[in-house]
Amino acid sequence: MGYVKGLKCRECGREYAVDPVYVCEFCFGPLEVVYDYDGIKKVLTREKILSRPQNLWRYIELLPIDGEPASGLNSGFTPLVKANKLAKIIGVKELYIKDDTVTHPTLSFKDRVVAVALSKAREFGFDTVACASTGNLAHSVSAHGAADGFKRFIFIPATLERSKIVASLVYEPNLIAVDGNYDDVNRLCSEVANKYRWAFVNINIRPFYAEGSKTQGYEILEQLGWKAPDAVVVPSASGSLLTKIWKSFKEMKQIGLIDELRTKVFSAQATGCAPIVTAIKSGVDVIKPVKPDTIAKSLAIGNPADGYYATNVVRESGGFGEDVPDQEIIDAIKLLARTEGIFAETAGGVTLASAIKLIKGGYIKEDDLTVLCITGNGLKTKEAIMGHTGEPHYIQPNMKSFEEALKKINEK
Amino acid sequence: MAVKVKIPVPLQRLTKGKDEVEGDPGTVISLINTLDSKYPGLGERISEAGKLRRFVNVYVNEEDVRFLKNEETVVKDGDEVSIVPAIAGGIITAISI
Repeated sequence: MGYVKGLKCRECGREYAVDPVYVCEFCFGPLEVVYDYDGIKKVLTREKILSRPQNLWRYIELLPIDGEPASGLNSGFTPLVKANKLAKIIGVKELYIKDDTVTHPTLSFKDRVVAVALSKAREFGFDTVACASTGNLAHSVSAHGAADGFKRFIFIPATLERSKIVASLVYEPNLIAVDGNYDDVNRLCSEVANKYRWAFVNINIRPFYAEGSKTQGYEILEQLGWKAPDAVVVPSASGSLLTKIWKSFKEMKQIGLIDELRTKVFSAQATGCAPIVTAIKSGVDVIKPVKPDTIAKSLAIGNPADGYYATNVVRESGGFGEDVPDQEIIDAIKLLARTEGIFAETAGGVTLASAIKLIKGGYIKEDDLTVLCITGNGLKTKEAIMGHTGEPHYIQPNMKSFEEALKKINEK
Repeated sequence: MAVKVKIPVPLQRLTKGKDEVEGDPGTVISLINTLDSKYPGLGERISEAGKLRRFVNVYVNEEDVRFLKNEETVVKDGDEVSIVPAIAGGIITAISI
């Protein structure tokens, strides 16, 4: 049933069989899943996709599993919201929000990648899944792994905020709190992954895991009526999501499910951690690692693994990149909430604020049909906007007190 | 005294199991080329057409050569050079938090 031909090194092109491997043993480049697109083109039609349940598995032929999916049967197919009020304010005619703040079950796009990773882990015969994470990924692996009956090891820095720890603990994984920073956790996980036969979703399962991001792109095309947008703005941490959205658009063109592809892809980062955007702006593809310092913690990767590929996608598609300071991130979170009723996490603020800059700078034109990828829910990063919202109107439990408050509100 | 070069596990097969070898002072790329004549096959794993491969990190005295002069960085006697595959070294785990 599957259409995967194998794995291939993105650097030197050496080919590998489908196994839990992730790095080319010759040149150390990352491995990528290769499909039989001719075969997929013969069987996958718009009608077939439309006849399937509304979850990310409706594009199963383009995902790297062989059998039936084992995870995330309710994940994906999030709303594409036409954002008319916001469009007017930021200065484009047609604007859409790809709203992954409501992804099932843990409210971020990580549910897409984890759905694919855990389905593949099951096919490989793993009984234990693991990850190193400080937030969204930890929640998603904890939740999906619980539902799918995997043993789970989640590695976090011990200093992580209590609210984020609780949001993983509720699913009862083995939560390993490491006395060290995120880099220390990473290093340890590389060693653990070498010794124990576990499915580390973003280490040895990574080539498969990363493919899950493509479903966000397929959905955008389908929800626009089998049409590619003129511009798409994607938040960038490792750069993986951006490269996979571009891959999804190219695949849909290749198998004939969209007719034209002229999308410009834009990268959005926080100024406090903008290695990819810095490279784009200086016209180079060498990524200079940085020490992150931003409230957008889900994007705070100073040495992005896919940075080189992300800058290439941006260049190839004719897009650009923009970075925004913390205050603009907060303002954008509030703007999205008060215009469209969508409460995004800090990465969403980065995306909208960067889009505003890109429109002002003329990189995105007024007539461009524009999609913003909003990837996580604001309830996860409430602390980022505490002290930046209004206050309640405190009153006594009687009509007189209420009428006084109402008068003040109306005078505003 | 010579330049000390630390070899990562996946390349130790080429250095007859040694995790540290000695090289000559000069630029990083000339160091790699002379090591290749001593340990055939080592050079092409680390560099291609005179440039370091994208997913191989090279550190001179713990400083990433990308912040120095890349393959033209000069190393002298007593310096310590580390060759570290970027992905196996941990950056891949940082793809998503």
